[in-house]
Parts: sequence; C-alpha cells; structure tokens
Amino acid sequence: MSVRHALLALLSDGAKYGLQLRNEFEARTGEVWPLNVGQVYQTLARLERDGLVAVEDRGADGPQRLYRITRAGRRELEEWLVTPPDLSAPPRDELVMKVLVAAELEGVDVRAMIQAHRRYLISVMQQWTRVKGDESALDLHLALAVDAEIFRLEALVRWLDAAEGRLKRHPLARRAQPARPATRKTEARP
Amino acid sequence: MNVLEMRQITKVYGTAPNEVRALDGVDFSVEPGHLVAVMGPSGSGKSTLLTIAGSLEEPTSGEVVVNGQPLGSMSRNERAALRRRTIGYVFQDFNLLPGLSAIENVSLPLELDGVGLRRARAAGRAALESLGLADRADHFPDQLSGGERQRVAIARAVVGERTLLLADEPSGALDSVSGEAVMRLIHDACQRGVAAVVVTHDAQLASWADRVVFIRDGRIVDQTSTSADVEAMLGRQRPGTPS
Ligand SMILES: Nc1ncnc2c1ncn2[C@@H]1O[C@H](COP(=O)(O)OP(=O)(O)O)[C@@H](O)[C@H]1O
Ligand SMILES: [Mg+2]
Repeated sequence: MSVRHALLALLSDGAKYGLQLRNEFEARTGEVWPLNVGQVYQTLARLERDGLVAVEDRGADGPQRLYRITRAGRRELEEWLVTPPDLSAPPRDELVMKVLVAAELEGVDVRAMIQAHRRYLISVMQQWTRVKGDESALDLHLALAVDAEIFRLEALVRWLDAAEGRLKRHPLARRAQPARPATRKTEARP
Repeated sequence: MNVLEMRQITKVYGTAPNEVRALDGVDFSVEPGHLVAVMGPSGSGKSTLLTIAGSLEEPTSGEVVVNGQPLGSMSRNERAALRRRTIGYVFQDFNLLPGLSAIENVSLPLELDGVGLRRARAAGRAALESLGLADRADHFPDQLSGGERQRVAIARAVVGERTLLLADEPSGALDSVSGEAVMRLIHDACQRGVAAVVVTHDAQLASWADRVVFIRDGRIVDQTSTSADVEAMLGRQRPGTPS
C-alpha cells in the first residue's frame, strides 16, 4: 500500500490537516491498514520536499498545518493510478519457502506440515469472512479490502493443494516423505 | 442436542480384493444453527459422508442419529418421512424438476409428505419470498437464471420445518459472486436455527462455516473453529511499514 499516493488521493478533493488525513486514510482502507500519525507527517514532509504537496501556512506548527496537492502532485497521482505495480519478481513468501525447504529434508512429514498451514490459512479466511457477514451493514472500502485478503489467502491454500499433489507424484520428492519404510523402496522406483 | 450425529461410520464399497473403504471410523456431529464445511481432495469420501448423513445410503457399520433418533432403529417408511420432513438436500446440479414451476418444485416435498396443497404452497411461497424469489414463483426452471435456480433449490431444501441442510458442492460451476450468494443463503438458514453441512473443495465457500472439517482417505484428520474475535483479527493485521 503506497501511503504517499493514498495521501495525494485524499488531498485531491481539497486541503486537509495531518490528523484528518490519517482518519480518512483508515476509513477508506476499511481500517484494514492502520496508520500512525507520525507516519502521516513523515510522508507529508517528503511529499512537500518533492513539490507534490504544499503547506498553506508555513508559520503554523505540525497539527495546524493545512496541506494541499500541487499540480505536480496531481500528475504524479494520475500516473500512479494507471501504472501497474511491479509484480514480475516473485515475492519471498515465507510459506512457500517453508514447503520448499521441507521437500528437501529427510524425516519431515510434509503432508502433516502442509495440513497445519492449510488449517491456519482457512481459519484466518473464516475470520475475514465473518467481517463480511452482514452485507447490508458492510462498508464498501472494507468489503473490497477484505475480498482482496480472502483471495490472497485462497491462492495460498490452492497452492498448498497443488504442492501436496506434486510432492506425491514426484519421484524425488517422495524420498522426503516419512512414508512407510516398507513401501518407500518400491514407490521410489521410476 | 445435536441435529446430526455420526458415530464410528465406516462405508465399504465392493468386495475384497477390490473393496474401497470410502469412510473409515468417522465421528461427526452438527449442532442446531451451525454451519460445518467438509473439505478434502477428490475421492476422500465427502459425498459418501453426506449421503449417509442424509440416509440416502446406509453405512457398512456405525450409527447415524438425526434429532435424537437413530436411523438404524427406524423402519423404511420412517426414514423416508425423515428425508421428506427434516432433511433438505442441495446438489451441484440443483436437481429441479423441469416440468414443475418454482413454487411446485419447492412445495413438492411437503405435498409428498401429505401436507394439504394450500398449506404446502403457502410454505413454498414463504420459502421463495425469504430468498427474494416471490416474483419467480410461477416460472419454470428453464425460465430462470443459474443463480435463481440455485436459490429455488435452497428454498426447497429449507421449506417447512427442516432442521438439517446437506449440500454437496452447492455452488457447482458458478462464479465466485454467486458462490458467495449461495453461502450467504445457507448461512442465513443457519441463523434461523437450521444445521447445515456443506461439502466443498473451495476454501472461500468453506470459510463461511463455523467449523471446517478436513477429510482424507475416508478419515477426519483435522478441523478448524472460528473464534468470534474479529476485532482482534483486525488489530493483528497492522502492517509493518507500508512504503
Ligand atoms: N457407489 C460406489 N461404488 C463404488 N465405489 C464408490 C461408490 N461411491 C463412491 N465410491 C468410492 O468411494 C471413494 C469416496 O468417494 P466420494 O465419497 O464420492 O468422494 P468425494 O466426494 O470426496 O470425491 C472413492 O474412492 C470412490 O471411488
Ligand atoms: Mg463428491
């Protein structure tokens, strides 16, 4: 989440104070991404340095400063909205790492390990789904943010399912399963 | 008292050496008002669990108890009555009868059970209304959209005094928005006290459940439960440092 650009977006409909920006940010992200005031002022200072926002009254101190977006700030915001974020490099996902490491280790019950992760992911999904529970009372921003979270977690669950199937089929990966020793030899035969 | 209780259920198909142990010593129960999802890979025994719970099939061994009544001690007729009165089924293809209108499909189980036509239709209309389908009552299945057919199937499963709803992959081939709609409907039925079991391989659908049970090779191997602590959940999601 780019706090920088979120603040520019909030300033695009009028000048605002720092605290006000923090509250609006949290409301617009469905309070899924809480933000502290210090972070807001730090980001505003950098935006000001880069000429993307301007302070209305330079004499006022922190909380009394009113910020407005500059012309350059508007251009930056428009550019950001249509520029796809760089997703070409795979993120270093810790869960993926754990499974990759486990596949190499002797004596790890990968299937049980995968199930433990699957159970955890689904229980987190259950909690997010509860947030969505009552549709009529659901805030749009919160609903969008929760959907994104649920889809992200679901993708991990599906990856675990696929990984489990692949580990079962792959002759080298089978070696790592603590499967019944009697059958291991025959199973490992190509 | 649990609406459904399955004790040490085993189901063997075929005979040795080709026998398949579809269920192997399964203990499973559902309380009133609870929604339980059953997840597991293809062939793990999910559908078998559901058909035995619904008395559509008999276990090789073990006991199924619905609303305190052991199915094993019931006559054929008593079991048939239980299937018409107490248990609602939703299958992947919704199983609506093409020659009957929506209201006729929904009230059919009550009519088969000997409820008078007028009362059966009134109950059917109420079920359709609760699912926002009042104006579709006289449409035939081929005049309804996929989502509407699905809602009719759910109306039929909850019509009258049903206390146990069993659904096997209820969202079928529908998109995720419709899948969510189905789960909302089942969730709402549970809020009214119905106990529901939903078999699915879809984690998003399963996450509507109060409890998710994992089945593999005919055995229940794991389960989740939800704590109501949503606020703590939101608090815990604080990011490190957004850039
Ligand atoms: N009527 C049947 N006759 C023989 N085998 C069956 C029958 N029904 C299911 N099975 C077998 O029982 C196992 C469990 O099947 P099922 O309950 O349909 O699994 P799932 O719904 O999880 O995919 C599978 O191996 C399947 O082939
Ligand atoms: Mg099945």
